[in-house]
Amino acid sequence: MIAELGLAVLWMAAALAALQLVAGALALRPEGGQLGGLVRPVAVMQGVLVLIAFAALVWLFVTTDLSVKLVVENSHSAKPLIFKIAGTWGNHEGSMLLWVTIMAVAGAFVAVIERRLDERTLIATLGGQAFISLGFYAFLLFASNPFARLAQPAEEGQGLNPLLQDIGLAFHPPTLYVGYVGLSIAFSFAIGALITRNVGPAFARAMRPWVLGAWIFLTLGITAGSYWAYYTLGWGGWWFWDPVENASLMPWLAATALLHSVSVLQSRDALRAWTVMLGVLAFSMSMVGTFLVRSGILTSVHAFAVDPQRGAFILALLAIDIGGALALFTLRVSTVTEGARFSLLSREASLVFNNVMLCGILGIVLIGTLYPLMTEAYGVKVSVGPPYFNPVSAIFAFPMLVVMAIGPLLRWRRDRLTGDRAARVTWPLAVCAALALAVFVGVETLAHHITLLPALGLALASGLFPASFLPLVGRNLRRTPLPVWGMVVAHAGIAVSLFGMASESAFSVERLAALTIGESRDVGPWQVRLDGMMPVAGPNWTALQASVSTRYAGAAPTVLHPMAETFTNPPGTRNESALQTRWNGQLYVVLGEQAQDGRWQMRFWWKPFVPLIWAGGAMVGLGGLLALLGRVMSDLRRLIAKDKIAYRRTRQGR
Amino acid sequence: MRVAFLAAMMLVVAVPVAAQQEVPPAPFAYRQLPDPDQEAKAKALMVTLRCVMCQSQSIADSDAPIAGDMRSEVRTRIAAGEDPEHIRQWLIARYGDYVTYTPQIKPITWPLFAAPVIILALAALLLRGRFKRGERIDTGEQA
Repeated sequence: MIAELGLAVLWMAAALAALQLVAGALALRPEGGQLGGLVRPVAVMQGVLVLIAFAALVWLFVTTDLSVKLVVENSHSAKPLIFKIAGTWGNHEGSMLLWVTIMAVAGAFVAVIERRLDERTLIATLGGQAFISLGFYAFLLFASNPFARLAQPAEEGQGLNPLLQDIGLAFHPPTLYVGYVGLSIAFSFAIGALITRNVGPAFARAMRPWVLGAWIFLTLGITAGSYWAYYTLGWGGWWFWDPVENASLMPWLAATALLHSVSVLQSRDALRAWTVMLGVLAFSMSMVGTFLVRSGILTSVHAFAVDPQRGAFILALLAIDIGGALALFTLRVSTVTEGARFSLLSREASLVFNNVMLCGILGIVLIGTLYPLMTEAYGVKVSVGPPYFNPVSAIFAFPMLVVMAIGPLLRWRRDRLTGDRAARVTWPLAVCAALALAVFVGVETLAHHITLLPALGLALASGLFPASFLPLVGRNLRRTPLPVWGMVVAHAGIAVSLFGMASESAFSVERLAALTIGESRDVGPWQVRLDGMMPVAGPNWTALQASVSTRYAGAAPTVLHPMAETFTNPPGTRNESALQTRWNGQLYVVLGEQAQDGRWQMRFWWKPFVPLIWAGGAMVGLGGLLALLGRVMSDLRRLIAKDKIAYRRTRQGR
Repeated sequence: MRVAFLAAMMLVVAVPVAAQQEVPPAPFAYRQLPDPDQEAKAKALMVTLRCVMCQSQSIADSDAPIAGDMRSEVRTRIAAGEDPEHIRQWLIARYGDYVTYTPQIKPITWPLFAAPVIILALAALLLRGRFKRGERIDTGEQA
């Protein structure tokens, strides 16, 4: 019953999306003006309906309805509740339903709160949003129905991959999806503004919070995903340049560029065409990512060819949406004037430079990710991995980081670094550069065998960190606007994260050891000792748990408990690593198998400053949040002021 | 009672472990080379080799048996003084280009190496056009 209800409601939502598109398109013509009033309520209703459909699917998973195909394939009655819920989106159909749900709810939200944008542009935006949604509704209803029943209910579900039964992963995909779909709103705004020829500061003001919001979610999603990979995969790696990771990194890169250029458009009315282009690009990258992950093309081009329906469907959507948007862009770009001009030494110029560099990294990641697929089509299997991505993206990343330190100190439009400005800008930056140089020389001379990239990373991070705070110098800190704080925190976060990455790859100590109980080993500054083994049991797994006492440089010992877990439904194993965090790094302990002579295979890593990678990521997200908060607060203040003025007027009128 | 239950669990857990032990892992799969310089060399090579059975993992971070065998192979050869690039070529001859994460310079991969150059050229073109026009307007305003 619930499944049929969900499907019916999903069809109705799709019908409303069609209505939203048609009404929106007609409302833009002079004779269809009355239809304009229909668009907002329909958008809200569509959001409500699809939310009901999603709730229905969650309910099916929570109650483990074994007559529903999707539940049988991805859930099990003995799974903890939280993973039953997370199982809803831990599969293809469910995640696509989550996608349209977030998209429709975001559209409804725009319809409710956006009042300052020109009405015609808003209607075109909501129409565009409906157009994209319709593609995904069609995909769900025709090619991946989540509510399909089985002819014969199953006895028991097949369960969820043990690796995915982790609290971090339960919330990782929804976070990323909110980010992807937030970018669809930016895309729709770009389309709306192009259609109504209304690219300007008002459009940027409406678009910016969505970009910012999407970007915060992407940042946090990527950071959390990286930490999840780090502690579950059991080998201490935190970024693999895996196509699935790249699929989330590419929209982030485009969104980062978009975020900066939309700010320029909002405050300076410059970079109009460029902002619209990035708006199209950012969501295109989200769709490319979804295509890569969801079409099965990644496992092999041939796997894609065996069951091409889904992949072909997404590919067609990709072609229609991106191709359509690009066609519209080329048609209308001549009517979009470039906006205000600026000189080579200005804040705009540094932002443009970094935008281009971000797009360069994006290009490299895109090519590196797709290249193996292309060669496979010619019958040659190649791999493109860290040895390609790291140095090649660094070609673009390092100059970008240097400009990132300088840009925020420059003035808008035109700056001259002479006299007073030299004291404010040049000298502090020179001090930061000297610091970076000192760190580079120090690392190269003192440390043993450090490759160039980590050394450069350490140096740049040490220079960038103090430089990020320079925009605050000479300001009254209590009156500094929140967005400025946001920028400072986010830029410092990049430096912190970079320091963590460089330090991890430069100074990690690895120790693989077969230990008998009572035996100890040195791991960098740590001394570790295997104290004992214990069997333990969880709700749907059993495990062997080791007790490992660890002491840092002779300090008091702490006991860690790495586990090797065995899952029954479906059968599988997972190594639960144990982490000991200090201010200067993390000790990573993994329990492997028992060797023939009875000793236990254990793996230890001492990774100096590795937590900074994710702390930095969180800082970047926090910076975004501060900027968003600043914007929301200034909106509220304006609303309150407006109310006050209206109130006084009515009083004076009386 | 609880102890008995846990002991039973222990047996359940021990069975698959015992089953996998019928083929013991290769000697250097989970053991490092005694010489830290050689180990560092082996590690640097291993992170650039792909585990051919897994998805997107290097042999340096995979639990798959074949990754263990390959690690052992790499460590043994490094210990015997073989050059890392020579070992890579040997593995490529055996498993194909798929095994190396470092793309080899061959006709089929040249676009991969041309990509950064082309992107840099495009970026330079874009920036140059942008700033040239910008400068002209700028000086025009001053005049």
